[in-house]
Parts: sequence; structure tokens; C-alpha cells
Amino acid sequence: MNAHAPLTAFESERGLEIRQERGQRAVFCGLTGIVWLHRKIQDAFFLVVGSRTCAHLIQSAAGVMIFAEPRFATAIMDERDLAGLADMNDELDAVVGRLVARRPEIKLLFLVGSCPSEVIKLDLSRAAQRLSRSLAPDVRVLSYSGSGIETTFTQGEDACLASLVPEMPAEAAQAEPALLVVGALADVVEDQFARIFSEMGIGPVRFLPARRAGAMPPVGPNTRYLLAQPFLTEAARVLDERGATRLSAPFPLGAEGTTGWLRAAADAFGVGAERFATATAPGLRRAEQALAPYRAMLAQRRIFFFPDSQLEIPLARFLSREMGAELVEVGTPYLHRGHLDREMALLPRGTRIVEGQSLDDQMDRCRQARPDLTVCGLGLANPLEAEGLATKWSIELLFTPIQGYDQAGDLAELFARPLVRRTRLEV
Amino acid sequence: MQLTVWTYEGPPHIGAMRVATAMKGLHYVLHAPQGDTYADLLFTMIERRDARPPVTYTTFQARDLGSDTAAIFKDAVAAAYERFRPEAMIVGASCTAELIQDDPGGLAKALALPIPVIPLDLPAYQKKENWGASETFYRLVRTLAAAVKPATPRETRRPLCNILGPTALGFRHRDDLVEIRKLLDALGIDVNVVAPLGASPADLGRLGEADFNVVLYPEIARAAGQHLKKTFGQPMVETVPIGVAATIRFVEEVATIAGVDPAPVLSGAPSRLPWYSRSVDSTYLTGKRVFIFGDATHALAAARVAATELGFKVVGLGSYAREFAREIRAEAALHGIEATITDDYLDVEAAIQASAAELVLGTQMERHIAKRLGLPCAVISAPIHVQDFPARHSPQMGFEGANVLFDTWVHPLMMGLEEHLLGMFREDSEFHADAAPSHLGPGHQAVPPPPARYDTHASGGQHGSPLLEGEGQGEVCGLSGDGPHLTPTLSFQEREPVAPHVEPSRMDEQPSSRGANPVANAGEERGSSSAAWAADAEKELKKIPFFVRGKARANTERFARERALPLITVETLYDAKAHFGR
Repeated sequence: MNAHAPLTAFESERGLEIRQERGQRAVFCGLTGIVWLHRKIQDAFFLVVGSRTCAHLIQSAAGVMIFAEPRFATAIMDERDLAGLADMNDELDAVVGRLVARRPEIKLLFLVGSCPSEVIKLDLSRAAQRLSRSLAPDVRVLSYSGSGIETTFTQGEDACLASLVPEMPAEAAQAEPALLVVGALADVVEDQFARIFSEMGIGPVRFLPARRAGAMPPVGPNTRYLLAQPFLTEAARVLDERGATRLSAPFPLGAEGTTGWLRAAADAFGVGAERFATATAPGLRRAEQALAPYRAMLAQRRIFFFPDSQLEIPLARFLSREMGAELVEVGTPYLHRGHLDREMALLPRGTRIVEGQSLDDQMDRCRQARPDLTVCGLGLANPLEAEGLATKWSIELLFTPIQGYDQAGDLAELFARPLVRRTRLEV
Repeated sequence: MQLTVWTYEGPPHIGAMRVATAMKGLHYVLHAPQGDTYADLLFTMIERRDARPPVTYTTFQARDLGSDTAAIFKDAVAAAYERFRPEAMIVGASCTAELIQDDPGGLAKALALPIPVIPLDLPAYQKKENWGASETFYRLVRTLAAAVKPATPRETRRPLCNILGPTALGFRHRDDLVEIRKLLDALGIDVNVVAPLGASPADLGRLGEADFNVVLYPEIARAAGQHLKKTFGQPMVETVPIGVAATIRFVEEVATIAGVDPAPVLSGAPSRLPWYSRSVDSTYLTGKRVFIFGDATHALAAARVAATELGFKVVGLGSYAREFAREIRAEAALHGIEATITDDYLDVEAAIQASAAELVLGTQMERHIAKRLGLPCAVISAPIHVQDFPARHSPQMGFEGANVLFDTWVHPLMMGLEEHLLGMFREDSEFHADAAPSHLGPGHQAVPPPPARYDTHASGGQHGSPLLEGEGQGEVCGLSGDGPHLTPTLSFQEREPVAPHVEPSRMDEQPSSRGANPVANAGEERGSSSAAWAADAEKELKKIPFFVRGKARANTERFARERALPLITVETLYDAKAHFGR
């Protein structure tokens, strides 16, 4: 615990310092993904099988939203359940039966595993199969784990999408090449990308997850997929298993990232340079216009990232290359070297990337460096502010549309706002 | 396995964390999986604390399960001691760590640290947050409180007491404490130790020096207070000073135990509530039907204040604190009702609908139930959200607390009347629209149809930014006119019954607890049940102010049922009104 891993020169050819750290981690578990996923897939319900802690986490993370449209709930295990496994499956069936009877509009039910259910090895995948049989054809039941022992924050979405992939229909044998965009995006962002792909003449373009359970896109050897989010390790793996091909690309954050991401699709679908330029020019122009005012605020600002969502490396790339910020340390809970290959190539030499966390040590480094802006979770933000450090709470980056050209300015603004606020407050 | 959409309390280790975070010089090492650090943000965000809670989590992951999680725990304890150098430490497990049975107490003991290390045994699958806080505080007091004599003999100094109960993340604990200190000081009583809030382990060692203990929040501190009573013979004042009468009783009890004169503190008009409540502007509050739910301390106090200091009628009383069920039931019996003891918020929602309340006093959750049902509400108890940790001084306790209660509870009703008057003056132009069977005409934000369990309220506008919601001032939840109202002379508000309990009981009308749609017939949409409504009677019913219309409908249908009337006419409506009062 709390022991430093030795510094390694893992990426010496790129001049990146990659450190691995183990110890106390201040991160969310994968259950938190439910907070946005239940809104994305409109006829799905997420039933966590866990403890009171899990229920408490979700309601704390969801804030007041739980009352607006609670398409998630927790089956809280109690002492009786822990006595014997057979009994527990019966209990689960009863809970699901009641739930489905009261929510007839549900078409897809996710049984979401938690730390307690994983530790006692409750087999939720078998439970899902059993329940799917008994509830067919009205409700499909899937399972994935959002437990803290297995998943960190956004990895819950990864696990959820991975559980959907086997459900995707097989594409037709002679299907034309299709583009699949993987990762939950804000509806507005999804629509923007769809328009740009259409202008480039790429099609069909489909998105995973789809907005409705019954409309999941087909997949097969003619599917090329683009990851819209950097945390989709498992989903990519199972897509590969179904014959789909990943297009290597940076992530669509900022003008440069968006262009690189779109270009990966354009290259794969043989879009000519001129047509690509025509399709992307308006977006690029608007992004440049929107970013300009924030550059003055963010240039030369020293930024420190605590690990949270795996978005840290693409965000650091955006802030350093497009906004002129300096990177003190870029923490990430998990570093997928393949998926982030293109991103790391764009990071400035000497950037220190820390995979994993030893919280107190990392806080010491942060305090010592006294960065101009610290990107961190809500458990750390106010304590660091009280120590005089400006912070940007990281969870907002998952709840805000930030991808694509037309959100580039909004993305920069998220980082500029805490700095602007500091200049305004006179008390 | 229990289907849970919302939980009123967190797991017991959250309670332990509330005690540790309240204190100074105490560190908590919690054996817990990665992710359980979400609890930090309850303190840093909701309570807006400026420092991390003094909690080290082991945050083990799946790969650690194959190896030695016990070693991880031991290392975490050793590292936490080295870094934070606390005076004492508590160690325990969260729900998942409880399953892997690493014995935190034994492991920590093996390290032989030079400070007290107190193991916590908090059964996460049986117990909840408040129990966890109470147990933790009790263990700390039991271990640390030493038999010490007061520094000076009793005769030569002012009386000395401890204040027990305030914690981190407590509903208004910060300001309650200010009020109680003020009262004690005015009585000439010194405060020895306040705990857990602000106390160090060394302070707990000095608890024995006090002459007596004041237990402000029995959920948290009754067990510790009883221990101190048994061990050191310290008397315990357990009257919760919420409301004017309770505060007076509290002052008198404390004065008796301390041997001081309460008169100077009680003389004059220490609270404005009594005059405000007697002033004629408050007359319309008489008999307002109020539903109360919360923790035991606040629900009990609120019931008494509502009935005897504001003149409301308590039509529902309940708590999620099963440990205090007996006391809640006894209080409910005084109001002629049956207590709602449950931690299932859907049961609470059903009970609120069945009660046909005009005002809801509850937790953050009842605030949202009320929003759905279009009822005014105010928050009186945890669980609460960020807006109920206000910047301004907002006690619930003491004489100033009573002032706050008056403003907070009446505020949504005042607004309700304003809304009601708006409805009146729209009568003519909207009459025809409202005459249609649906009361969801344009321009009306009517009482939404009663939600089925687990059903959702689709209107996105219902939930604006939480930051913009009223800051504990109480609020009006979707209270706009849902049709033309006649003047209040047609009000079906009840008089206070002459003899208690002549009023028809609602409990027998409560829908059979957990049916498919148990709440649907409690509100406005009774439609097909019992006698049919003649069209003109239905129309006449719509002229009754909507916040008492549900009750009027229920009474009329009951009246018709008892007399086996096949059709409810306008005559029946007024007959029922005459029968049941006003």
C-alpha cells in the first residue's frame, strides 16, 4: 500500500514519463455510469444487486434526478440472502418480477453486479439468462458488473456496452461497409457527427448504444468502428470478436481531436481530401472562433489531473496543444496503450502520466507543484480550493456535451470558468 | 432482498464516518473496495467541508482479493498512523469488506500502535447510518471516557455539562449547537465538552468531569449518554428542545439538574413564534392538515409543534427510525392516527396521498413526493441535500429555532394561498376549459395524476437545478390553480373536532398497502370507486379549493357509501359537508 512504483521510461521514444502507482484510490465505482446510461437508452432499467452502500452511492451521485425518472433501483441484499445462494436467486426473481409488473414499458433490464454480489459470487449472468427466458419476449435481461473492485467510474459504461454487443444483430452477409460509433454521446453531439459523416458520404453510420433497446445496430466483419470515448476496452474487445475493425484515431475532443477522429473514418471509407475539407471546414472555423477567447486564459496555465475517467489524456492533449496549457501531471485510472496510442503521440515531451493512484502521495505532489488548475473529483475539490488551489471538478466532463467541433468552445470554457471565477471574487 | 429506489439512511459505516469527521485528532481506517470513497463528497460537497474527511480507505480491487487483503489493511493502518499521527483511531469494514472477514480490529491491534485503536463492528446488512453513528460514538466514549473528578469542587464553580449528539452531516447541528450554548450560558452553566462535533479523543477523556449530560440527538447519543449515566452517575437531559414548549421544558429540566433559576431565561418573550402564531394572520392555519415524516427526533418534535404551537392538524406521522418506533407510535396515538414506520419511500408516498394532507413536513425525499403530488412542503429532517446546509444561521432548536420553524413551515402555505387566489381570478376565462373531464387544461399545472409505484413523472421541468431550489425555506411544489375555485366559504377544511377523533378515520380507506396501484384512489381520481358522481356534483366539487378537494371527495364518498346512496348529487355533497363539519 502506498508504495511508489519505480519511475519507468516506458515511452522513451516519445519522451513520456509513465509511472504506475498503487495505493488508496479516490474514484467512483462503475455503478456511477448508470446515472447517464439510463437516460441514453430510454427503455432500459438498471437494477443494481448490491448493498445499502450501492443504493446510497447512486442516490448521492444522481442527486435529485432520482426522482425525475428513476429508471434504476437497487435490490439490497440482507442477512437472509447471504445465508444461501439458491434462496438468493429466488429472491432476485421475485424482485425482478415485481419490478417488471410495475414498469411494463421496460424492454431491457440490466442486472448490475456490485462488490458484494461479486464477492459472494452471485452468478448474475446466469440469472439474466434465466430471467430472459421467463420474461421473453417482452423483456430482455442482461448483466454486467459495475463493482468498484472491477471497474472505475466510466468503466461501468464499458461493461454495459460490452454486455450489449452479443445482443447486436449480425450484419447481412453482403453488407456494405458500415461505420459504428461506440460510446454514449449527448444526443446533440451524435446528431452533429451524423450530419458530418453524411456530408462526407460515409454511410450507413450507426451508434452504440442506440437510444432504444430494440434498435441496437448490426455488427459483423464489414463494420468499422470508431471509439468516441477512451474507456471502452472491453466493448472494443467483444466488437473485435464479432469481426468488427477498430479505426485507430485520437478522441474527438477539441478541433484537432475531432478532425483526427473524423479523418480516421474518412480514410477508412475512401473520402477524398477535398470532400473531407469541405465537410469539416465550417466546424473547424467555428471551433477556432469559439476557442480563441479562452486561449488567453488557459495559455501557460499549469494543469494537474487526478485520475477519474480515462478522459484525462485526451483532455491534456487538447489543453496543451490547442490551449497552450502546461501539463504538470496527468493521472488516469487505467491506461489502454493501444486505444490511446494516437493521443500519447500528441502529448508534449516530458509529460508525466501516472496510471493508478496513491492518493496521499499524489496530493503531496499536487501541493508541492501548486498548479494553476487541478482537475479532480468532488471529494478533493473543495479541500484543495481551501488550500488555495483552483480546481475543476472532473465529473462534469461526463455530464456535459464536450465532443465535436461545436462543443470545443464549451470544453475550453469548463476549464476557464474556475479561473475566471477566481478573478471575479473580491471576498 | 429488498427493492429500493431510495434509501433514507446510508450504511452504518457512513454513521461512523460522520462521527470521525465531526471530531478532531481521530482517524478512521475503513476496509472498503475501490469506489466507496464516494462518501467523501457527502462531506466535501453537501456539507461543504473544507478538508477531506479523516478517513483512509483501503480501496481494494478484484486483483487484491487473490492476494492478501489483510496485509493491505494492516499497511493502510500503519501508513495512516505515520501520516496523520492521530490521538486515536477507529477501524472497521464496509459492507463488502464485511464479507471477506479480515478482522480489522485484530489486525490493527497486532500493529501495537501507541494510541487507542477502537474496532467497530457495524453489521452492514442489518443496521444503518444512525445506528452506526450511535454505536461508534458509544464505543469511543466507552473506551476513552475516564473517571476524572471535576477540577474544582462543585460549590466553588458554575455547573458544568457535556453536550452530546451533534455530528458532521447532521441536519442543522451546527446552528442548534449555537442556540443550546446560548441557553446554557444564560442559565449560568458551563459547557465541558461538546461531542462528537469538535471534540478530540482527549476531550472524550474529560467527559467525566461534567455534572450532567445534555443529549441533543437521541439517535446519535442516547447510548453514550446512558453509558455515562451508568458509569459516572451523570444525569442526562434528553428533552429535545425543538419548539417553544419543548425548549421551555428543556430549560426547566436543565435548571433543575444544575440547581439554577430558569426564570431569567424564560422571562420576557424569548421566541416570536407564540405571538406570530396568535396574530390573526395565522388564523387560517387552524386545522391545516399536515403530514410529518423524518428521523425520530425531528418527527416527534414537529408533531408537537404543529399541533400545539401552530394549530395544524397532524394527519400523518412517521419515521424511518425503527429504533424509535414505540415513541413515534405513542405520539401518533395522541393525534388519533396510526404511525407510518417504514424505510420504503413508496410506502411513505402512499401514506401521504391517503392522508389528503395540505402540507408535508419531511425529508428531502418527501419534498419530491410533495412536488409530484402538488403539495406544499418544508424539510424538517435528514436526509437532506446541499440547500439544507445553509450559510445563514438556521437552527431548529431553542427559541430562535422556533422562529425559524414558523417561517419555514408557513412560507409554503402563504405561497399556496397566493397561488390559490390566482386561480380564483382566472375563474371566468377558464371555466369552460376546466369543465372538461380532464383537469389538465392549457395553462394549468394541475395536480399530476397519482403516480403508480415506480412510475415516473415525465415532466422534465419538475426538477430544475437543485441549486436553485428554495433554501430550506419550504417551497411550493407545483401549486398552481387547477381550476376555478369558489370563495373559501365553500372550503371543506375541517374544524378541529370537538372531541378528539370524531373525524372519520382515513386509515380504513387506505388502499390495501402494496397493490398494483395502491395510491391511485386516494387523491382526486377516485372515479369508479363507490357511488357514482352526478355531473353537476362533480362540477360543484371542482369549485372546492384543490388542496382540500381530495378530502372533500373522500368524505362525500364515505357519506354516500355509509348510506348506500347510488348517486352523489350536489345535495349529497353539501349533506356530507354538513355532517363532517364545515
